[in-house]
Amino acid sequence: MSDHLRPAQSGTARGETRRSFDSSRGAARERFVGPAVQVTGVWKSFDNGRVPVLEGADVTVAPGEMVALWGPSGSGKSTLLHLVGGLDRPDRGEVRVLGGNVDGEADRVRLRRHHLGFVFQLHNLIPDLTVAENCAVPALAVGRPPAETAARIEELTAAVGIAHRRAHRVQDLSGGERQRVAICRALMNRPEVLLADEPTGSLDEETATKVFALFRDLVRREGAALLLATHERRFAEACDRILRVSHGRVLPL
Amino acid sequence: MTFSALVRVNLRRHWVRTGIGVAGIAFGCAAMLTILSIVLGAIGMFERILDTDSQVLVFERDVSDLFFSSVPAASAAEIRRLPGVAAANPVLFGIVSAPGHPIVTCFGVENDNPRLSGATWLAGDRATFGPADGAVLGERAAAFLKVGLGDELPLGHTTFRVAGIVRTANGFEDGGVFLPLASAQTFFHREDLSSIIAVKLADGSAAAAFKDEIARRYPKLIALENREFAQGYSQFRILKLTGWAVGICAFLLGGLGVANTMLMSVFTRIREIAVLRVCGFSKLQVARIIVVEALAMAVAGCAVGLALGFAVLFGIQQVPQLNGYVQAVVSPLVLAGIVATSIVTALIGALYPAAYATRIEPAEALRYE
Repeated sequence: MSDHLRPAQSGTARGETRRSFDSSRGAARERFVGPAVQVTGVWKSFDNGRVPVLEGADVTVAPGEMVALWGPSGSGKSTLLHLVGGLDRPDRGEVRVLGGNVDGEADRVRLRRHHLGFVFQLHNLIPDLTVAENCAVPALAVGRPPAETAARIEELTAAVGIAHRRAHRVQDLSGGERQRVAICRALMNRPEVLLADEPTGSLDEETATKVFALFRDLVRREGAALLLATHERRFAEACDRILRVSHGRVLPL
Repeated sequence: MTFSALVRVNLRRHWVRTGIGVAGIAFGCAAMLTILSIVLGAIGMFERILDTDSQVLVFERDVSDLFFSSVPAASAAEIRRLPGVAAANPVLFGIVSAPGHPIVTCFGVENDNPRLSGATWLAGDRATFGPADGAVLGERAAAFLKVGLGDELPLGHTTFRVAGIVRTANGFEDGGVFLPLASAQTFFHREDLSSIIAVKLADGSAAAAFKDEIARRYPKLIALENREFAQGYSQFRILKLTGWAVGICAFLLGGLGVANTMLMSVFTRIREIAVLRVCGFSKLQVARIIVVEALAMAVAGCAVGLALGFAVLFGIQQVPQLNGYVQAVVSPLVLAGIVATSIVTALIGALYPAAYATRIEPAEALRYE
């Protein structure tokens, strides 16, 4: 059984996941019990320890829960998201996603393929690809059949209101539209956990409000847990819970 | 979207850079095809000179070049008398100069040499070959020396009279001059010598016994079947090796082009590769993209290069000044070798860029957005 499917040994926060999932897409579907994300006593610094960022951070996110990491720029929000997403390794402490740790390369790849979705401040789309092609990148990583991919793209782009832009190249889109494409891409493989790093940070206030509303509704509809890094209080307050990130610590607000 | 679409987009995005990589491979392919085909063609022509109506060549042992081989003419008469020998034809090779043409190949042959009896006589006839001052010219030699039947032909310090013009199937012979053996021996100061003796056996399967007999009777001579000679003759081997070496050097430059193109491509896509990793691509999948892009460039370069090579070969053969010496032979083995070399070159060129791409740390690449 995959490490990500193992029942959590301790510390369940909200009980059972709201839906079952399979980590290998093809293995028997099993129910996972436990927190979607559990960060325990994590320390992280850069530049050989000269720049401490996280000092014993603890975070727990239940399945389907929306949690905001709120704090000023440079407080360690993005670093925490990177650690949860297996993009970086903690100096100390433990990070578990869906009950499994993210230490090994194979674990991290499996996690990012099947269980995690990322949305960045700058959309980080691939230029010269169309909206549909950008959305399809995660499906390509897992080798999903084209028909299934196309149906999912149709569903997601319609949900965020850019279905009519599917065949357009992303450089022809506005900032708000690009961020919607990034949201579709993040949700492509129906992840259980979504990590969003200032997803509206590059947008004007009005567009940011619209995009965030769409984003939150879609995440809620998909039933994914959300860990949102933001410095904007209004977006943090739209989540189920706010955690303040300050001086390397993560504290409830 | 398919994997190939991702590769196609990456290649198309920086088409100038891709084009430079493709051009590197194309020039390598074209150079290799041109050089090897000309070399193999030249070797083939020389082989055909040697194996005209014969199975075994007798020449001086350990000689580096057949032009320096000395076989006593008396040996030919003795060899003719050996059991199982149907014919033994001495040939003396030499290089002469003619006005405006410093290098003209000369063949000293006897009257009944099958080279002349098998040729098409365009002017004169077999009966006119024989007088000491008579020279028979290949068709192309007559054309580039601008002489006809009965004309005087200055070769070196001697003037010959054109006694005939023949057409042969061989570029070297067609561009050469046939002199009576005795005249050639005098002209080249190699009295009573020939370069080779081309031996026709009554029974081709008796070659081994014949070679043993030659080794026993003439310790300074060696007899080789034509096939053995072609494989073992050092000049042929040097030519082939040189052809491959020059071709591979051309490919090395092409490989550096591919490596540079792919490395630049990876450098400018660091964030994009990080995003692919974030979206679930494994290191192997990222490496696969780079390698497939390089392979696509190799395939395109190979196609362009082969087309270019064939065009160059065609063009070379149309140049009258080359006197028909270039008869390119495009062997399937050479084509397969070129395709294989271009693919290997691209793979080697993609190795470092692919390894670099797999080492990109997504967090590091995305940290400074």
